[in-house]
Amino acid sequence: MMPTNIDLKKLRVAVTGGTSGLGLALVRLLSARGARVAFVARTAGLVRQIAQETGAFGIVGDVGYKDDIYPVALEITANLGGLDALINNASTLGPTPLAPLADTQCEELEHALRVNLLGPFQLTKALLGALAASARAGQGAAVINISSDAAVNAYSGWGAYGASKAALRHLTAIWAEEARADGIAFLSLDPGDMDTPLHSLAIPDADPSTLKRPQDAAAEIVESLLTALSYDTAGQFGVIP
Amino acid sequence: MIAAARRDSQSAKLLVVDAEGGIRHLPRATLGALFSQGDLVIANDAATLPASLTGIHCGSGKPIEIRLAAWLSVRDPTRFAAIAFGAGDHRTPTEKRMLPPPLLPGDQLAFGPLMAVVEHPLNDPHLYRLRFLGDRATIMAGIARQGRPIQYAHVRESLSLRDVWTKIAADPIAFEPPSAGFALDWRTLENWRQRGIGFATLTHVAGISSTGHPKIDLRLPFDEPYRIPERTAVAIKRAKSKAKRIIAIGTTVVRALESASFADGSVRAGDGIASKHLGRETSLRVVDTLLTGLHQPGDSHFELLRAFADETVLLKLSAVCIRNGYRIHEFGDSMLIERRRTAVRRSFSLLCCGRAVTTEPHLEMN
Repeated sequence: MMPTNIDLKKLRVAVTGGTSGLGLALVRLLSARGARVAFVARTAGLVRQIAQETGAFGIVGDVGYKDDIYPVALEITANLGGLDALINNASTLGPTPLAPLADTQCEELEHALRVNLLGPFQLTKALLGALAASARAGQGAAVINISSDAAVNAYSGWGAYGASKAALRHLTAIWAEEARADGIAFLSLDPGDMDTPLHSLAIPDADPSTLKRPQDAAAEIVESLLTALSYDTAGQFGVIP
Repeated sequence: MIAAARRDSQSAKLLVVDAEGGIRHLPRATLGALFSQGDLVIANDAATLPASLTGIHCGSGKPIEIRLAAWLSVRDPTRFAAIAFGAGDHRTPTEKRMLPPPLLPGDQLAFGPLMAVVEHPLNDPHLYRLRFLGDRATIMAGIARQGRPIQYAHVRESLSLRDVWTKIAADPIAFEPPSAGFALDWRTLENWRQRGIGFATLTHVAGISSTGHPKIDLRLPFDEPYRIPERTAVAIKRAKSKAKRIIAIGTTVVRALESASFADGSVRAGDGIASKHLGRETSLRVVDTLLTGLHQPGDSHFELLRAFADETVLLKLSAVCIRNGYRIHEFGDSMLIERRRTAVRRSFSLLCCGRAVTTEPHLEMN
């Protein structure tokens, strides 16, 4: 049962990696439930298609590319009129097929860190003012960083992805401490093994019937988001000390 | 990120002018240790648009730079008041920039994939009403990708959006940065919180500061829309009732708060338009202390300082700034100025109370 004190229709949410897998499921679910949604993805044609399908604002951009970050942040806040929640979902696996670290090029690890760690860091920084403004207004604010069990467990072949996700997970934990007093919740969520393009790229011969449907993972994430926001709107983050 | 901005955040200085006109020199990093329990700091959380667009005048094929100067209807990105230049860039002082090709109603301009149409001049042959083609998302994408921050000749390096967004930037609505906010970082806010100092925000459309056309510049700042959140108004009322100080981060905050003020020093929450020029004759009702950049006599920011301090104090400041090597530009050092202590508060005010404003264009134009 969803917490009832948050009105999804008033919620302004940005999702990165919004044209496939979990990100697409999140954009569809949030849009269907009336939230104002902006999503970011690299391929213009797909962005247009998903924007048309869902009514969400589609933004063409690459979170792994530093020069895209502030323009993307501008488009998010200008189109949504502010921001209550950011879901950093866009991810790259690193080398595919998956490779042992000894066979991983330095550039491949750099790229994984750029997309999975630095991108979320920079986009969150650029949007922190908007999120803090939402928290000050009593609407709550949250950043959800999509994690993985590979951030915790050492799986052979998952070096670039696992190391970048582990770093993102710890970044999230530290930011949660630092931003608590500003009323911005930071969550690291592991959606589990899902039937997504990213998963089939990593493990092509996995049996889809054993994998979670991305729409189910999306529903769980939205529930966690609403719980985090309802905690934040309890009133303890007013402007008066 | 420009080197100047990085350097300034490390070593910036703070000139403190007290209510008697006394002067102290502090590192700006001490800002978090200033003010007293119960005081309320108010900042402008507007983010800055990349309001300079370089492209082609389709009719002549000649280069053109457009600078968006004001919203015609706030948050509607289809129409703006804009000024235009010909070839060249910000490294040439605005007053020396080449004129654009002659612009006639209906002329099309292309900024990469973003298209605009000149509608008509606005009371001045150099100020145009401009309409972008496409829906909101398309226009914002075009401005985000094709636009650059408005900048002036004193900073030669090209600025990116990152350089002109303050750390608290939230709402992309300003045409130039509310630059006093560059002095704020999250550590300072945390220090204030721990010391029981309140922090609140409003959103004010900081406008274009110079057009290069003397006749238009005399009209600056244009009427500037603002929004004061309910919680900010409540916090001001509470601080005032306890005789605590209201500290404004930037002249835009002073303009908004004083525009929305009631005689008792409280403010009206909601949307309004800051249209009055503040100066010597202004009796400040809300703001006790202002954090601002350092300004030269003559510019409109300096005029606003006359509401805080007497002529003798302000004239002394220029010399003090030069002698002590203060950096006078938007990425430079800061000044904290307390409102002069007066024996008898003037009983009148030139400011009207804040007006409720819906969606009327805020520029008086044809």
